[in-house]
Amino acid sequence: MRFYEYESKALFERRGLPLGRSRLAHDADGARAAAAEIGAVVLKSQVLSGGRMKAGAVKFADTPDEAASHFETILPIEVNGQKARSVLVEEKTPIAQEYFVSVTWDGRAKKPVVLFSDMGGIDIEEVAEKHPEHVSKTHFSTILPITPRIAKEAVGAVGVTGGELNRLTPIVFELMQLFLDFDLTLAEINPLARLEDGRFIVLDGHVDMEAEARGKHKALLEELGIGEDETRQARPPTSFEIAGRKVNEADHRGVAGNVVEFDGDLGLVIGAGGGSLTLFDAVRNQGGRPANYCEIGGNPSVKKACELTKLILAKPGVEKIAVMMNVVSNTRVDIVARGVIKGCIESGRDPAEVIAIFRIPGAWEDEGFKILAKYGVEYCDRSVSMYDAAGRAVAKMGAQS
Amino acid sequence: MPALFIDVRVADDASKDGALAKKLEEVCPVGIFVATDAGVEISEENLDECTLCDLCLEAAPKGTVQVIKRYEE
Ligand code: SF4
Repeated sequence: MRFYEYESKALFERRGLPLGRSRLAHDADGARAAAAEIGAVVLKSQVLSGGRMKAGAVKFADTPDEAASHFETILPIEVNGQKARSVLVEEKTPIAQEYFVSVTWDGRAKKPVVLFSDMGGIDIEEVAEKHPEHVSKTHFSTILPITPRIAKEAVGAVGVTGGELNRLTPIVFELMQLFLDFDLTLAEINPLARLEDGRFIVLDGHVDMEAEARGKHKALLEELGIGEDETRQARPPTSFEIAGRKVNEADHRGVAGNVVEFDGDLGLVIGAGGGSLTLFDAVRNQGGRPANYCEIGGNPSVKKACELTKLILAKPGVEKIAVMMNVVSNTRVDIVARGVIKGCIESGRDPAEVIAIFRIPGAWEDEGFKILAKYGVEYCDRSVSMYDAAGRAVAKMGAQS
Repeated sequence: MPALFIDVRVADDASKDGALAKKLEEVCPVGIFVATDAGVEISEENLDECTLCDLCLEAAPKGTVQVIKRYEE
């Protein structure tokens, strides 16, 4: 769940991170008033996507009238298909050097990681590729107490020393703390600027919160004015994704949701204990083109599995579906089998033709396999890995084209 | 669309028994039995949700309720 820049900065302020003076403007008069109060300013469109500078949605103004005029220019600009919510009018500062600092989750190490660079303001991946010595990666624990020493290590690892090291360390440390306190998946400052007078200041910031943590941080979200119905994804949900959400919400039993649209031809009905991500990757690694991502589990009803199947099959370009899960214990194989077969039949499709593979081993699998056999659907048990099952599905896609 | 996988039948006499109808409605976790003034009715719409839990078989006199797996026929 993504925060706008002004909300990220409100969060940074709570931990005392150094910020420039700013005002949020909703109209040209607001921008003019802010510039009159602050002086020379930068106006930044508030969207949930990157690429603002390139889109012309960031502009500098030396006078209040110029700020008002820039506001009118910036507000209608769509950045990566997103309309601006408002414009942040912020103090323009004389910069000596830019840094990058980010705290995010390293799925492989299963720990948070601090990424720090003394080459900020530009794409960090490019820096990591061309100047790896200018990027440090420092992991820390979510169980053990964190200390400023870890932050110091992260900054020092790229060769920053002396007073600069001492002034950067608490900034990085507070960002780490913020990451943990608010269940964030990303807390990033880019650029973090050293001003000509030696002070450090957060120029731009980006925060993502774990969607599951919304309930825990209800008070904060209310304070920031983030409504319960705001999904805050990187892009607005497609009609396919909205329909997927409705399928899930229509029935309290189990989960058949978190549908994400992709542009491939192989529909996926996938899930179970991280199985969705693994299976999605497996399909791609096997050369397949998923039409969607989704998550099923917790024993969805037949109706729910059926409706999800129908939705996926109705997506233009979907030729077949692969029904795959990790080994299930709290989801019944026979119930999912009934649901997907029913979904195929109600869509006017032959399950034997349209289901490329059914690989859900686990609870009630014997019953499920009887149903699949009756309808001529190819299925396999746990002796076939998720990766190989994905391979079989992809091979069938190849065979038909 | 009619049920594809499960059929549930209640013997004629038993299906008019109001007390049994209430009991069946109460035990079935997926709403397949509906108690009416006339006895018990089967909700066609819910048939395929049957969890094969056998609670209806235990609640009714032996042989009066049948749960049939159509995919075994
Ligand atoms: S077996 Fe269970 S789920 Fe099926 S009809 Fe009987 S009580 Fe309902």
